[in-house]
Amino acid sequence: MIAEAGLAALWLAAALSLLGLFLSVVHVRGKLDADRAVRSLAIVQGVLCLLAFAMLLVAFANTDLSVALVAENSHSAKPLIYKIAGAWGNHEGSMLLWVTVLGLSGTALAAFSRQLPSRTLIAALGAQAALALGFHAFLLFASNPFARLDPPAPQGRGLNPLLQDPGLAFHPPTLYLGYVGLSVAFSLAVGAMLAGDVDRKLARAMRPWVLGAWIFLTLGITAGSYWAYYELGWGGWWFWDPVENASLMPWLASTALLHSVAVLAARNALKAWTMMLAVIAFSMSMVGTFLVRSGILTSVHAFAVDPTRGAFILILLGLYVTAAFLLFAVRAATLREGAPFDPVSREAAIVVNNLLLTVILGIVFIGTLYPLMAEAVSGEKISVGAPYFNAVAGPLAILLGILLAVGPLLSWRQEKRPVLRKLALPALFAATALVIAFLALPQATVLAKLGLALAAGLIPAAVLPLIGRNPLRTPLAVWGMAIAHLGAGVAVAGMAADSAFTVEKLTASRPGETVSVGPWLVRFESVAPVAGPNWTAVEAELRASRGGGVQILRPQSRFFTSPPTETNEAAIKTLLNGQLYTVLGQADAEGRWQLRLWWKPLVTLIWFGGVLVGLGGLLAFVGHARRAWRRRALI
Amino acid sequence: MIARPKHQRMVLVILALVAVLGAVLLAMWGLKDRAAYFYTPADVAAGKASAGKGMRLGGMVERGSVRRDGDGVTTRFIVEDGEASVPVTYRGILPDLFREGSGVVAEGQLVADRSFVADNILAKHDERYMPPELGNQDAEHKAGRTLKR
Repeated sequence: MIAEAGLAALWLAAALSLLGLFLSVVHVRGKLDADRAVRSLAIVQGVLCLLAFAMLLVAFANTDLSVALVAENSHSAKPLIYKIAGAWGNHEGSMLLWVTVLGLSGTALAAFSRQLPSRTLIAALGAQAALALGFHAFLLFASNPFARLDPPAPQGRGLNPLLQDPGLAFHPPTLYLGYVGLSVAFSLAVGAMLAGDVDRKLARAMRPWVLGAWIFLTLGITAGSYWAYYELGWGGWWFWDPVENASLMPWLASTALLHSVAVLAARNALKAWTMMLAVIAFSMSMVGTFLVRSGILTSVHAFAVDPTRGAFILILLGLYVTAAFLLFAVRAATLREGAPFDPVSREAAIVVNNLLLTVILGIVFIGTLYPLMAEAVSGEKISVGAPYFNAVAGPLAILLGILLAVGPLLSWRQEKRPVLRKLALPALFAATALVIAFLALPQATVLAKLGLALAAGLIPAAVLPLIGRNPLRTPLAVWGMAIAHLGAGVAVAGMAADSAFTVEKLTASRPGETVSVGPWLVRFESVAPVAGPNWTAVEAELRASRGGGVQILRPQSRFFTSPPTETNEAAIKTLLNGQLYTVLGQADAEGRWQLRLWWKPLVTLIWFGGVLVGLGGLLAFVGHARRAWRRRALI
Repeated sequence: MIARPKHQRMVLVILALVAVLGAVLLAMWGLKDRAAYFYTPADVAAGKASAGKGMRLGGMVERGSVRRDGDGVTTRFIVEDGEASVPVTYRGILPDLFREGSGVVAEGQLVADRSFVADNILAKHDERYMPPELGNQDAEHKAGRTLKR
């Protein structure tokens, strides 16, 4: 019954989307006032999606093995949290989550964006309904999560053990909130272009969506990076895997959009530009969804290889993107020109920020899709990895970082003060760091040296916009900007430090032997068997000492029973100035165990910086929301 | 020195086009010698892969070929595809699902004597997940074997 109720809710939601789309077209063409009807339909549609998703959660929580998806991906002997998280740890469930977030975004847009002109809002809700309709069709015809299994399976097949991790419980939902939040920016851009109302009011309505989606993307990427770091046991934090790139591309586009929408809101400039970025940002979300969900990638994340699904998403993607670009091509020239600005001004700096982000986005996009294209066209199998991305996108990221130090100090419209003088101190720090890096770190890559110098300048420069202001009277949005920029500097410091200072040791040792790695002496005490709820493992005990204190680490090699799989569980000790990272490998005939040890100074700054960036976004979000609320209260 | 709105719009359009073109050119320049091609041992035997360039080698781990050096962390094995074979050296911890007689993709480069030094080893992940490259190859491999018999 539960599964049928979920399926019925989905069908009903699809029907309501179709009706909403139809009524919004009627309304925008001025034939009928359907304002309230379209808004109510959008709200009900979102609630129905939520209901369907709740039904799937119930089926997973009860391990209902007559539902094919549950039988395929769950097991009654799994901890409850992973049973529930398993609902979106597979293709159909995660697409249902995606559609649910899309539906709820429509709900929120209908409920909270009353300040927009009716035609713009209803056109935007129509665009949102059109998006929902396509993805509902995808669920119902190509990825039904509620398909029954007759007879029911005697036992479930289990969940990939790599995915049985607390990180899984919140990582995909976080990213999806980001991906799909951008759908509203897309719909608002489409709605505004249809209604011909691209102005500051639209930017103010769009900004919270962009900012919110961007915060979730930032935190999702940060969490995903840390998950890969500790779960894969390879000691790296970013692999330029296509699935990682799939989340990076919408982030790059939404970072650009976030800045240009701020220009539109504050200065009524960059109109067509911002609309274009809104279209690109959600297109990148759909590209990401296509890459991950079509299963065409060589990656841990590709759950299924099913060509009809890939083709379906590709057609949807092509349809929406083409329609939006055509609309843009027709309407862009009819938009009023934005307010003018000087080549040296905050606006101009943001234009350069947008250009750099767009070029980086293009480089990541081409590098990610090139192997697929090459294989489709010539049958050649190619992989594109870190050597390409670091060499081509790295220098541009450094330029972006330098701009980030300067841009926030410029004033809107036209800069008349000698701003560069303020940057003397950060520039001095950066130059000193660069000289030291070149003299003292001959083994580090050029990119790592430049990164260290950039971080040394960027961290002090990021807080300059706060200097000389009364902290209590400074708007929250300015605090948010400074903290997000500081976070970027901190993350760059972590990335460069990891690259420049990491020490690695690979040995085969017997219990009782001592290994040194960086400043640490690590004594291999013992190995012993241990057991968990659905796995058994061998666990090593390592006693690491550096001068005074002693740290105990217990890396494991785990064996899961359903499905039968082995994984390495790295043991990581976080200290103030870095992390000690240890992995246990295999034993040989002579009783020696392979051990891989890393000392990674300052590596945690990468994720700490990412969290700071997200926190800065949150402060800005709250600041803008409070201001909008006050403005409305005044009217 | 503030530009007129129309003029400014023109400048922005040109900048956007230059950025897109720049991205494409930079990407093409970067891909020219940084993309790693996928080769099978047969390709290597035919001389398609050149030494010293980043590449991926895919095939089956030959049964009985896995040896560990005295240091305990260097592994030597042979990757074969039914037609040819390539000796591989890898220093590091092997992935959990690395097995004799099952599929493997090695990332690294060929050295002068036609052997392969791997920086990274990817193995078949579980019974459901497999890199597409390996998937086809597995099937082709089995088909090839059957035909030969």
